[in-house]
Amino acid sequence: MSTLTQTATAAIDGTTRPRNAVAGLARDTWIVMVRELRPVLRDPFSLVFSLVQPLMFLVLFGPLLAGSLTGTGVLDGNAWQWFLPAILVMTTLFGTASTGANLLYEFQTGAHERMLVTPLSRPSLLIGRSLKELVPLTGQALLLIVVMIPFGFQLHVLGALAGLALLGVLGIGLGSLSYAVATAVRRQDWMFWVVHQTVIFPLMILSGMLLPLETGPAWMQAAAKANPLAYVVDAERALFAGDLTSPVVLWGWLAALATAAVGLLVGIRLMARSAD
Amino acid sequence: MIHTRMLAKDFTLNRSETVHAVKGIDLDIHAGELVAVLGPNGAGKTTTMRMLTTLIAPTSGTAEVAGYDVVADAAKVRRRIGYVGQGNGAGHTQRARDEVYTQGLVYGLDRRAARRRAEELLEGLDLTELATRKVSDLSGGQRRRLDVAIGLVHAPSLLFLDEPSTGLDPQNRANLWQHITDMRTAYGMTIVLTTHYLDEADSVAERVIVVDHGQVIADDTPDALKARLAGDLITVTAATAEAGAQLAQLLSRLEGSREVASDGLKVSARVRNGSRSLPGLLNTARLAEAGVEAVQVDRPTLDDVFLALTGRSLRESTGTAVPTTSTNQKEAA
Repeated sequence: MSTLTQTATAAIDGTTRPRNAVAGLARDTWIVMVRELRPVLRDPFSLVFSLVQPLMFLVLFGPLLAGSLTGTGVLDGNAWQWFLPAILVMTTLFGTASTGANLLYEFQTGAHERMLVTPLSRPSLLIGRSLKELVPLTGQALLLIVVMIPFGFQLHVLGALAGLALLGVLGIGLGSLSYAVATAVRRQDWMFWVVHQTVIFPLMILSGMLLPLETGPAWMQAAAKANPLAYVVDAERALFAGDLTSPVVLWGWLAALATAAVGLLVGIRLMARSAD
Repeated sequence: MIHTRMLAKDFTLNRSETVHAVKGIDLDIHAGELVAVLGPNGAGKTTTMRMLTTLIAPTSGTAEVAGYDVVADAAKVRRRIGYVGQGNGAGHTQRARDEVYTQGLVYGLDRRAARRRAEELLEGLDLTELATRKVSDLSGGQRRRLDVAIGLVHAPSLLFLDEPSTGLDPQNRANLWQHITDMRTAYGMTIVLTTHYLDEADSVAERVIVVDHGQVIADDTPDALKARLAGDLITVTAATAEAGAQLAQLLSRLEGSREVASDGLKVSARVRNGSRSLPGLLNTARLAEAGVEAVQVDRPTLDDVFLALTGRSLRESTGTAVPTTSTNQKEAA
């Protein structure tokens, strides 16, 4: 038992925890992120399973899209080139928007409360969780890209890498917002799914993911202007076409960064008060 | 170890309604004590504990825990205390060992030390064989032991346990307490627990703080509380009604006698010390030729203490301690 106490005294003295606030936050964030990743990595099949939905859209919706849009001038030749970047955004949206449910579960079981009594900084509890989203979403995107190459999807490596990075920033933002919603409604957990469903479909349809908005009414096009996802979808299409310098790419980055900034800010503020 | 002055917490429900959950509590708990905070649901036990563990800020008053103020120096308090909450500290999607290991990293252990520490604690709490199990696959008792392991990672000098054995069967409760007392001996920990199980407070705590309606209404060792507030219950069965009346007279003259009751043959009273009073009582009864058929002495329970303090039974006001009847269960189902 004496060894027990010895190994732990360092922790009580606090000597091994970094004194620098930034280093401390980075360390805490890393601990939270790795903890969140563990269940994902221990059960990688869950990632494959969550690909069923985007694959359905690719397999069942893609051919219809190609059929109905050929000759309209929206698609020049290869429908996958137009559709897959959007499906990657969709995967990001659906994957990260529901991630708040994991936090809700930890609110209910008591695991979050335990974390709140430890020296972990409050912001790290949000940032670590949001950064964790990068791993599943990058893994899923890579899988989808690899699956579609045999069907004629043309890969521009530099553009694709930039596209993945952009998805990552968007995912951090959407994930943070999802955690923020979970924190805000933790006492009425059913509200989480109400908000989720109410927000996710307008966001998806008004981004021009599935069908081009150019054929929609003017009010829809106006509404899409206020949807950050619409800019990201356009940017992803340009990037996956190998066009890294198009202005839509810049707009996409701005939209994704704004989403991430707002998400992290709101998420961190709510997390700080999550014990009440 | 813990000093609070006029510690209070209000919860605002809406504009017109405010709940005063804790109404100005003064507490002094010293190093090495094992203290149970006892009271019905809604008495303010958990709110007090949440303030002491830095989870919520007091509305007014001060609290110093492990040498630091819970508001001004929350980070320092957190580093020094261990906390096992009402729920499950271990995340249900995680593996048992991973959670203990992560907790070690959180408190600043390096990876090797955290891994070693996790193994030690898992062994200490009989969880080694379950180390790679998912937390959701563990039984209630196993999960509770894991929560305690997580709370002990940094060998805190002060451990808070919020209703540690709720939902456990008697065997698991005994087992959990065996582990907790072992760990306490090993670390010389101060332990503060809340409970609404009377027998738990009675058997494990060296000091019981009774709270009701957000206030401390009694604070002493279980034995002192019982002797002072409840006393032993002596029940005498008389041979005849006449003897019964005589015995009631004799009972009322015993030291600290009160609540003398009689239903003809059966006469009872609470006295300060039942077993010491009994020989004298029987002697006097024989001299007075009052026939005695049977005698019984019941030691008081903490429920008797609560009843004496509040006029209510803790069993009734708690609800969960009362076994539900079959009709109740049908209604619930």
